[in-house]
Amino acid sequence: MTDLIAQAGIAEGSPRVDAAQSVWSLRGRRFRSHGGGMASLVILAVLVLFCLAAYPLEQYLGLDSNATDLFSRYDPPSALHWLGTDEAGRDELLRLMYGGQISLLVGLLATVIGGAVGVTLGLIAGYFGGKLDALLMRVTDGVIALPLLPLLIVLAALDLTKLGFSSEFAHSGAASFWRIIVIIALVDWTSIARLVRAATLSVKERDYILAARASGAGSAYVMATHVLPNIVTPIIVAFTLTVGRVILFESVLSFLGFGIVPPTPSWGNMLNNAQELVTTAPALAVYPGLLIFITVIAVNFLGDGMQHAFDPRSERR
Amino acid sequence: MGLFILRRIAQTLVVLLIMSFIIYGLIGLMPGDPIDIMAASMPGVTPEVVAKLKAIYGLDQPLMLRYWRWLIALLQGDLGFSRTHSQPVLEVLTPALLQTCKLMLASFVLSVIAALILGLISALRPGGIVDSIISLFAFAGISVPVFWLALVLILVFAVGLHWLPASGMSNVGDGGLLDQIRHLALPVLTLMLANTGQFTRYVRAAMIETLRMDFVRTAWAKGAGAWRVVIVHGLRNALIPVVTIMALSFGTLFSGALVTETMFAQQGMGKMIYDSILSNDFNLALSGLLFATLITLLSNLAADLAYGWLDPRITLK
Repeated sequence: MTDLIAQAGIAEGSPRVDAAQSVWSLRGRRFRSHGGGMASLVILAVLVLFCLAAYPLEQYLGLDSNATDLFSRYDPPSALHWLGTDEAGRDELLRLMYGGQISLLVGLLATVIGGAVGVTLGLIAGYFGGKLDALLMRVTDGVIALPLLPLLIVLAALDLTKLGFSSEFAHSGAASFWRIIVIIALVDWTSIARLVRAATLSVKERDYILAARASGAGSAYVMATHVLPNIVTPIIVAFTLTVGRVILFESVLSFLGFGIVPPTPSWGNMLNNAQELVTTAPALAVYPGLLIFITVIAVNFLGDGMQHAFDPRSERR
Repeated sequence: MGLFILRRIAQTLVVLLIMSFIIYGLIGLMPGDPIDIMAASMPGVTPEVVAKLKAIYGLDQPLMLRYWRWLIALLQGDLGFSRTHSQPVLEVLTPALLQTCKLMLASFVLSVIAALILGLISALRPGGIVDSIISLFAFAGISVPVFWLALVLILVFAVGLHWLPASGMSNVGDGGLLDQIRHLALPVLTLMLANTGQFTRYVRAAMIETLRMDFVRTAWAKGAGAWRVVIVHGLRNALIPVVTIMALSFGTLFSGALVTETMFAQQGMGKMIYDSILSNDFNLALSGLLFATLITLLSNLAADLAYGWLDPRITLK
């Protein structure tokens, strides 16, 4: 075998000879060659570690991130408060870290839930086609055509007690946390649904689907086992880009006062009193937004890198 | 073509009707009850009077009946009375709509022009230094939280350099055109920076695709000058999908305008919707949301019709 290869003039060990190279290792290599994607991965890892370091730092400094101290409002950075204090005397750095945990968690959960809805609807619409597809696409187009922020604000302002929940649940922090996740998932599933539907349509005609159905496989089985794994790459890219969008949504809602309610910190609601901060403590107005900006731009670059890695035809950067 | 237009208009009306019902239901779920709020500010009102008032205003009737009566009134031009402004809703909406139109149109036109220039330049040499810088800027534009961008611009231009006013629509003694423009400058700049990124990416992608096509190569081969090839042949054809995507982004433009108006204390539609939801002014919130949905749906309709007109292949489907 090797003398045949030597005759053909191919160097030993070159990629074309390694027959057992998987698609995923090829994609990994292409991803690693994308500078922006790799840098974003590092930045996001650093950000996650930064947020997770909240509890250890709190213990180390001996502070309580929720303890207000109105005598030390807007303190400049010191040995105890590395970034100073905010308008209620709480440590700014710790609040940024805990806020990051909440913001990132909301981003991930809302993406996963909304994405699950979108994938399901897209699969059903693409696989079954016909009237069901037409109906689902009309609904999707309808939702896409709506102004999202005003709608989100109304959804966030709903009185949960009118829906039958108990009064103490409606006013709890957990309710506000889950509410924002649910409403973002409720409006943000449309782009993933369209993507999945298009991908399903292209996969539906393949022979292995026909073979599975001929062998008597049920629709759900075929969708889950044959269609889904083959459309997973655009879904991964779409999920990544959705995280960025969702983080922005959550920050706007929290900033406007309709998302995570204080005292639970979130990068958005730390800018609640932004106009005040501009004249009294400008640095405090910059930090949370800067962190949101860095996170979202890193996530977008990551999605771009993944797109470059997965799609053999996308242009070289 | 005529059938296409009629079909799209019919679809728009159906979505609008459904959305009006959904919005009506959602507003009904907002905290508080109009009569209870009114009664809270009137001493000596007994529960029987409250019940009678509710019966008079039809608040104890089922949802469908109330919705129907509201819809009939709406179609006759009666939008109700705004509790917080003590004026008919229409009188509150009209100036606010005008203000928002000023903001949205100015930033839309400026960001389209900027995106065309930047997208064109970066498409001429994809992968080059200029392209990388412009693409980075575009990435930043889609990743930045609008309210934080507004904050930073206020910090730099208003608080730091004192070049432009930080909020409001006009100075108290003034009100002339130059004063209004000065007050609109920062909001328009904020919205423009946020939208240009998105548009630039579309223009760039569309131009790169178009410049690769055969008819462009033919034009080069026939000896046409660079300007003629790029603008007349390239840009005109690339604009077809781009124009429609830009028109479809009116929904996000409106959401951005909501945040910008709130940050800069501009009395526009966005701020009005936000204030009315915060203060539970049901009639105003209802009408405002309906208007916002109408504007977005109309712009989507216009985009579809424009696309159908510009690209005849669509209408023949």
